[in-house]
Amino acid sequence: MTSDLLLEATGIAKNYGAVAALRNASLSLRPGEVHALMGANGAGKSTLVKILTGAIRHDAGTILIRGQARDVNSPADARRAGLVSVYQEPALIPDLDVAANLRLTGTPVPPFRKWVEELGIPDLDMRETVRNIPLAVLRVLDLARALAIEPDVLLLDEMTAALPANLAERVIDVIKRQRETGRSVIFISHRLLEISALCDRATVLRDGETVGVVDMAPGADEKIVELMLGAPAEKARAIVRKADAAPAEGAPAAAPRLRVSGLRVGTKLEDVSFDLRDGEVLGVVALEGQGQDELFEALAGMRRASGGTIAVDGREVRFRHPADAIAEGLALVPGNRTDGLLMQRSVKENIALPFSAPVKAWGPIDRKMERKEVDGAIARLQIDTRAQSEVQRLSGGNQQKVTIARWIATGARTILCFDPTRGIDIRTKREIYQLLRDLAGQGHSVLLYTSELEEVQLVCDRAVVIFSGRVVDILPAEIADEPALMRAAYGLARADAGATPGAETVVGAPS
Amino acid sequence: MSDTARTPETLPFGRRVRRFMADRPLIPLIILLIGLVVVLEILRPGIVNERWVANTIKFAIPLAILAGCQTMTMLTGGIDLSVGVIATMSAFIMATQVGTHDPAIAILISLVPAALIGLANGIGVGIFRVHPLIMTLGMSLIGTGVLQVYQRTVIATGSSIPDILAWLGTGRTYGVPNALALFVPLALLIIFILRRTGFGRLLYAVGDNEKATRIAGVHYWKVIVALYVLSGLLAGVAGLLYVGLIKAPSLSLAVPLLLPSVAAAVIGGTSIFGGRGGYTGTIIGALILTVLATLLTILQMPEGSRRILFGLIILAVTAAYIRITEDS
Repeated sequence: MTSDLLLEATGIAKNYGAVAALRNASLSLRPGEVHALMGANGAGKSTLVKILTGAIRHDAGTILIRGQARDVNSPADARRAGLVSVYQEPALIPDLDVAANLRLTGTPVPPFRKWVEELGIPDLDMRETVRNIPLAVLRVLDLARALAIEPDVLLLDEMTAALPANLAERVIDVIKRQRETGRSVIFISHRLLEISALCDRATVLRDGETVGVVDMAPGADEKIVELMLGAPAEKARAIVRKADAAPAEGAPAAAPRLRVSGLRVGTKLEDVSFDLRDGEVLGVVALEGQGQDELFEALAGMRRASGGTIAVDGREVRFRHPADAIAEGLALVPGNRTDGLLMQRSVKENIALPFSAPVKAWGPIDRKMERKEVDGAIARLQIDTRAQSEVQRLSGGNQQKVTIARWIATGARTILCFDPTRGIDIRTKREIYQLLRDLAGQGHSVLLYTSELEEVQLVCDRAVVIFSGRVVDILPAEIADEPALMRAAYGLARADAGATPGAETVVGAPS
Repeated sequence: MSDTARTPETLPFGRRVRRFMADRPLIPLIILLIGLVVVLEILRPGIVNERWVANTIKFAIPLAILAGCQTMTMLTGGIDLSVGVIATMSAFIMATQVGTHDPAIAILISLVPAALIGLANGIGVGIFRVHPLIMTLGMSLIGTGVLQVYQRTVIATGSSIPDILAWLGTGRTYGVPNALALFVPLALLIIFILRRTGFGRLLYAVGDNEKATRIAGVHYWKVIVALYVLSGLLAGVAGLLYVGLIKAPSLSLAVPLLLPSVAAAVIGGTSIFGGRGGYTGTIIGALILTVLATLLTILQMPEGSRRILFGLIILAVTAAYIRITEDS
């Protein structure tokens, strides 16, 4: 069946031990097409991409490239066949500088530089060590490196997930131009809006099987969600906001759970003040690199503030180590899941990890108590524990739940979530929204940095917008729609409400 | 790459065996141990008797204790290259102090430098972040030097081995080596620590992902200092037991056990990159090395070729073991 298809994969299967990552996946790609690969976390998207690019081998199925069966046994093979991918995690060597990384992979430099500039990073220092480059920029460099080879098929796995809105737009522009030159792109993303704006067709995976191919047209996104969920889609908004019938109205006189005043950290975070109340989900919105990383690290005790104060329940505190922050009930869910997890250890040990941290808990483990706490947290978060012997075998969404479950089991009162839904499927995202709301309902406080602006209205009571290290606005959720947040995030003042930087904005109960 | 669909039930025999081994990593080790004993019996019929077994166990025990130090430090991604010197030091100090002190006191005195070297290792690795390889190697040089200085001060003292250590080291009761009276509780304690205590959990956790443990509120330096002190003390105990077996304290008594102790832990399935392993495998690893040494001795090869063969076999066993047990 020679056809004009650029790439055709049929009946792909892959097992990891007893777990079937892919059962019967197929995908066909036309020349000059942007093709979305969709599916819930654990549906097998990443596995399929890795098989197509030769990073792992499949157990069954055929792959035709330009109508010919081809053995793609390594990423180098795939590259010769014109397939290049950008994986979910940056693929540059952290200890080398950019130039050395390019030499290592034989990437031609002038086209690389051209692409980097087109992707919105005008002043890249080629001698900067990769370790010191922010994640979002690394993703762009990965993409530029792939583009510089001029592949026929570009596979992008969650390319835009870690990108701030301005860089994401550039990436999408570049993808569109690829299409115009007759090249094809396989695009994995959880952002439906992006998909419907950008893609021509979408292949939907569920539980390792291709369950449908959808032509993108108005209304197609509903259909995709239906296919992914295996059930008619509910409106996320309805689910989450319902739980938010009565936002916490902390007694006005009581000290807030967390009061940050004039906080300065490193060179990026200059002057940030806000209150986080009992039972509140406070959103933090910022473009990439505006100091939000430093803010979270300082609040979690990962690094020290160079100025300003942090007060918990009205008492000023100083954190020299995360243990100090945890003792005050502040716990971090890091932006990069691999930073927070023991990948080779079990779900149980991951959740129970903070129990063993204090020296007085180094003795024999109370296994009954541990079992109870861990099972409670697993049940509450509905973690899929089929592969619980090693956390690295869980899907990204379930891994994220494990990092949150840990702090629920520990009873942390203030949870600092740094972009917890990055690269997670819609269903798990909704579960996490619901969970955060539930936590707030039970009196926990949540500080939530999110790179997806729509999450603010879905989950948060208020949002703090940070721009170049300073608070530029604090908005109640009702008016924090995407345009308002976007304007604030770019440092444009809100026209109405006389909010001065750092000032409190009173949140009213939605009527 | 094949085009046939495979379900877990129809896996080829080889892969099923591999999976079985991967789930129970001790089984290939036990098979290897038995295999070596069988080869030995074939080469020299009648050698494998009660007395030989007891001897093998006696010699394997100090090695197994030192390998325990390696297992625990390797779980955190470290290593303790000072155990050979620490063991020697404890043995030598005890033997020279026993003339002027009660044996119990002499033993306690001898464990003080063991703990101190461990403490220095722990502070270097845990607080100043010196690489464990360099830190423990450096401390073992310092230890050797200190021991030489110490030797001059006690040159007239003479040395002796207390009866209790000789009894533990060489004695047998109803054919069972007395050393087991010390080793069995000690081994159970180590296994218990690794599996069932918060400290043991943290060793694995630190070796798996140090950053994650920090986020979870673990003070890295506390874990590491406690670990290396424990390792130093264990090495000291191993030295006391070993001198009870060898009965001739010297300045290089236990130093030859250093590399085998690392090899025993690695053969026993502990990853030098941290996060994976356990003590049961290490004990079998120590037994395998001891039997292997006997085997090479009876082959009556010159020392040089024996060492070459010993090294080659350790490398081959380790490589094969990783291939068998690592999930592909």
